[in-house]
Amino acid sequence: MADQNESNSVQPHISNDVDITSVAYEKVDQPGAKSFWAQLQGFWVTFITMFKKVNTVQYPEVKEPTAERFHGRHQLNRHPDGLEKCIGCELCAWACPADAIYVEGADNTPDHQMSPGERYGKVYQINYLRCVFCGLCIEACPTRALTMTNEYELADSTRGKLIFEKDDLLGPLRAGMVPPPHPMYPGMTDTNYYNGDVTEAHPSQEAK
Amino acid sequence: MSNALLLLDDPGWIITLKAVIVFAVCVVLTIMSVWGERRLVARMQMRVGPNRVGKFGLIQALADGVKLALKEDLIPAAADKVVFVIAPIISATAAFMAFAVMPMTGPVNFFGEETVMQLTDIPVGVLYVLATASVGVYGIVLAGWSSGSTYPLLGGLRSSAQVISYEIAMGLSLVSVFIYSGSMSTSSIVQAQQDTWWYGLVLFPSFVIYAISMVGETNRAPFDLAEAEGELVGGFHTEYSSLKFALFFLAEYVNIIAVSALATTLFLGGYHAIPGLGFTEQWLGGWFTLIWFFIKVLFFFFIFVWLRGTLPRLRYDQFMQFGWKVLIPVSLLWILVVATLRLISTTSQSRPVTFAFAGVVVLIVLAISTAFESSKKKRDSVVHPEAAEPNFAVPSLPSEITTINVSNQGGDRG
Repeated sequence: MADQNESNSVQPHISNDVDITSVAYEKVDQPGAKSFWAQLQGFWVTFITMFKKVNTVQYPEVKEPTAERFHGRHQLNRHPDGLEKCIGCELCAWACPADAIYVEGADNTPDHQMSPGERYGKVYQINYLRCVFCGLCIEACPTRALTMTNEYELADSTRGKLIFEKDDLLGPLRAGMVPPPHPMYPGMTDTNYYNGDVTEAHPSQEAK
Repeated sequence: MSNALLLLDDPGWIITLKAVIVFAVCVVLTIMSVWGERRLVARMQMRVGPNRVGKFGLIQALADGVKLALKEDLIPAAADKVVFVIAPIISATAAFMAFAVMPMTGPVNFFGEETVMQLTDIPVGVLYVLATASVGVYGIVLAGWSSGSTYPLLGGLRSSAQVISYEIAMGLSLVSVFIYSGSMSTSSIVQAQQDTWWYGLVLFPSFVIYAISMVGETNRAPFDLAEAEGELVGGFHTEYSSLKFALFFLAEYVNIIAVSALATTLFLGGYHAIPGLGFTEQWLGGWFTLIWFFIKVLFFFFIFVWLRGTLPRLRYDQFMQFGWKVLIPVSLLWILVVATLRLISTTSQSRPVTFAFAGVVVLIVLAISTAFESSKKKRDSVVHPEAAEPNFAVPSLPSEITTINVSNQGGDRG
């Protein structure tokens, strides 16, 4: 330990002999008492504010767009052919500081291919009573399967309803997508999927 | 014919009906003023305020009242149960009673009976209002004491000390009105203002003192120390819930309306129209005076709201200092001046003497205030060469730090 100290370039500075009265100080101008008329100006401020435009947004009727990167409800994304991006690695669950995410992975089989590669997320739950919307799960996700939408209306009446299952979180099947399970795009590996080489579903992927 | 005589031949059913109407007016005005206050304060803060329940949120206060009534009525185990229940009743009753002597209209035809909208006209009407206000303090003190809890007790003490202190200033500010009108009856004071100018102008200092002390009297912002949320939770009504809390709430707002009505009566000519619009008093068979009365009352109510929207709460000691060391001495001096002026004008009848005296008083006030201002300026600019540098440590600016101060104590070092 002592050896380490001596090799260290920052030497410990002994501060016991520093006189605290010799420390440099700066005088700050304090705002003095305001005159009577200056105080009356406050009344004018509140009075004239009554005739100004209010800042209130009539929320349920009027909805203002959120900030672009607003942390809202999560979404599990899909590859362009419809396979899920989630590989069930649980990194999101491990990253979560609020312990709000529960993931159970399972093996993909030739009959039951949910995502490219070996594994897929069989159970995926996010508890929105625990989630603090910090976004660490998004940073942790290696496949960008998990992202956050701008949707913020997440109130509900029971605890059960606020545990979102995989069905609630999965993104919609857009045009060109085929609902999984279905085989991977012919001739493509999971790396191709990862690199974005798959842009649409192949006719052979259609359900039989 | 004076109001007292007009009221004398009221049959019993009219008196009963008027009592019911006064009660209803107080309650309805409370409900509407809660709504109005919330809307106005909201606008002052660039918000909208309650706008959901009913058109423009008009029945928001009613909905709140229903909600309060449906809440569980708790009585703390440590509370003195009898007093705990009686306290809000005292508060609310006293608040309502003050309204009995307010003349709300001139002579009108009320179901075929020539009368005025005033429940009763007693010769010491204004003292009666002060007396009921004092009784109302019992509600606050008893509520604070009987709750069997610390914050309510402190809130109750503060509140009562406050009300009692400001009642003195309030009472003193009314003395000059009595001197000028020669009466303590509310209707006579209104009548007396019809002959001269409004007392709000003639006795402007009294008006100002009354306006300040009525805010202190009703425990309203910026003098709402009794329920300073950050310090005392809810003050004297911390332990109250449901309808008992609603009664305190009602009492507070009825009190505001009552002191506003008293201010209208004593200083703004009561139910009379503003000068130059006197012809409007004949409209609707004299009932238009009711509208004038409420316009003035609501004007005061607006002032209350405006104060709340503008000023931060005072510190308790500053507040008491202001009441005892400023308002009361100033009121006493002003009474002295008013009494002397009144005596000169009634005995000597000579205008020059009156004006000379008034001029001297104004000069003295100006001289004192100028001397005070200049001494204050002098105090600010005095140099103290012997004053030492501050002997406390102030961190140096980040840019001036050249070495990192690492302690050799503790840790795994050494």
